[in-house]
Amino acid sequence: MGTISRGFTGRRSSADAKLPPGQYLTTDFPVLSAGPTPHIPLDRWEFVIDDGTNVLRKWDWKSLRDLPTETITVDVHCVTRWSKLGTSWEGVSLDTLLADVKTDASHAMARSYGDYTTNLPLKDLRNKQAWIAVRFDGKDLAPEHGGPARLLVPHLYFWKSAKWVRGITLMHQDKPGFWESLGYHIYGDPWREQRYSGDE
Amino acid sequence: MIWRVGTVVALHDETATARTITFEVPDWPGHVAGQHVDLRVTAPDGYSTVRSYSIASAPNSGGCVELTVERLPNGEVSPYLTQELAVGDRLELRGPIGGWFVWRTEQTEPIQLIAGGSGIVPLMAMVRSRGSAASTVPFRLLYSVREPGAIFYRDELLTLSDHNHSVSITCAYTRATPKNWPRPPSRIDAALIADTTWSSNLVPTCYVCGPTPFVESATDLLIASGHGRDKVRTERFGPTGERK
Repeated sequence: MGTISRGFTGRRSSADAKLPPGQYLTTDFPVLSAGPTPHIPLDRWEFVIDDGTNVLRKWDWKSLRDLPTETITVDVHCVTRWSKLGTSWEGVSLDTLLADVKTDASHAMARSYGDYTTNLPLKDLRNKQAWIAVRFDGKDLAPEHGGPARLLVPHLYFWKSAKWVRGITLMHQDKPGFWESLGYHIYGDPWREQRYSGDE
Repeated sequence: MIWRVGTVVALHDETATARTITFEVPDWPGHVAGQHVDLRVTAPDGYSTVRSYSIASAPNSGGCVELTVERLPNGEVSPYLTQELAVGDRLELRGPIGGWFVWRTEQTEPIQLIAGGSGIVPLMAMVRSRGSAASTVPFRLLYSVREPGAIFYRDELLTLSDHNHSVSITCAYTRATPKNWPRPPSRIDAALIADTTWSSNLVPTCYVCGPTPFVESATDLLIASGHGRDKVRTERFGPTGERK
């Protein structure tokens, strides 16, 4: 046990049991991002899967929205310690988008409008674990929450769920993205509390 | 990243709801202006919780780390820090954390700071860092507050704007102004940005910190007035973020 803080009692709630270590519950939806919110016209939006050299697949807004969507209800955990339970999204599964992509790549770099990047193992984008989300709570995704489309990878800290996503680049080795280059963990599993680069 | 024990050596009320806490942390590794720390508070039964707070003090503060915490009405930690904590108490800290929303003393371009409410804290660390490094980089600060009583670091900001014209400070008020103030209470707008902040021609780096709606609006105004997206860095907090 750490140093006792004289006079601190704190609050405990039954919901804490469902939270990863070091997280606390919020009911609103805080926003964290590193720069200005891009406003992307839908007629110029596109989503590209490439291998660093060649474009493998590409969708414009209409062709993405023609794909089947799924409704996803998940808990999200931000590295700044808030967690929000039972958030409701609608999006296209990465399994759908990656279905025809033949690759032996091990990792992927998600790329966003506004030049944000974040890296993930490719297997974390497959098997019903990741989506391109286009709606939140029954409404089109607002720009400050990553609209028109964001990556949703709820089993990792939320910075991995890149807002304003515009594509993913497949890679044969892992490479740090934006926050990962600035001291945050390369993988970011909230249940193992992988917040910072020195964490196990 | 290891937890270190900090001893409270000074407390200072900035406003009716915000308090500056100075911790002595003997083995503090140093920080860069704009970074934050994790602060861990632990109850006698072992229950503990962690919050992140921006560092207010300059990097070279002799083993001391200063935080300014705004009390949130339903907060779990901020009421304890702003009302209960006393000189001599010990808390655990780890950090510094964050490498993006920072100002390094090697930077030579003009700097535009825009703060909403308690978003002033990391920007104040930048102003102080500039002073302690004897940097001559031109700084401008646009500081939006509800009312005159909500200004943090009042005396220090006043001294800076009186005696050091290379930090030029503009306060804007959203609810109530000082007497005979030329601008009625209002949010920051394009005219205020044009009148009081660096022109985009000078290619300043802009740091914007405050609540999300404030940051959204200020960054949109900066982009509309010609600043490059890559020149605008933001730090946002929601009501539950408690990152101040």
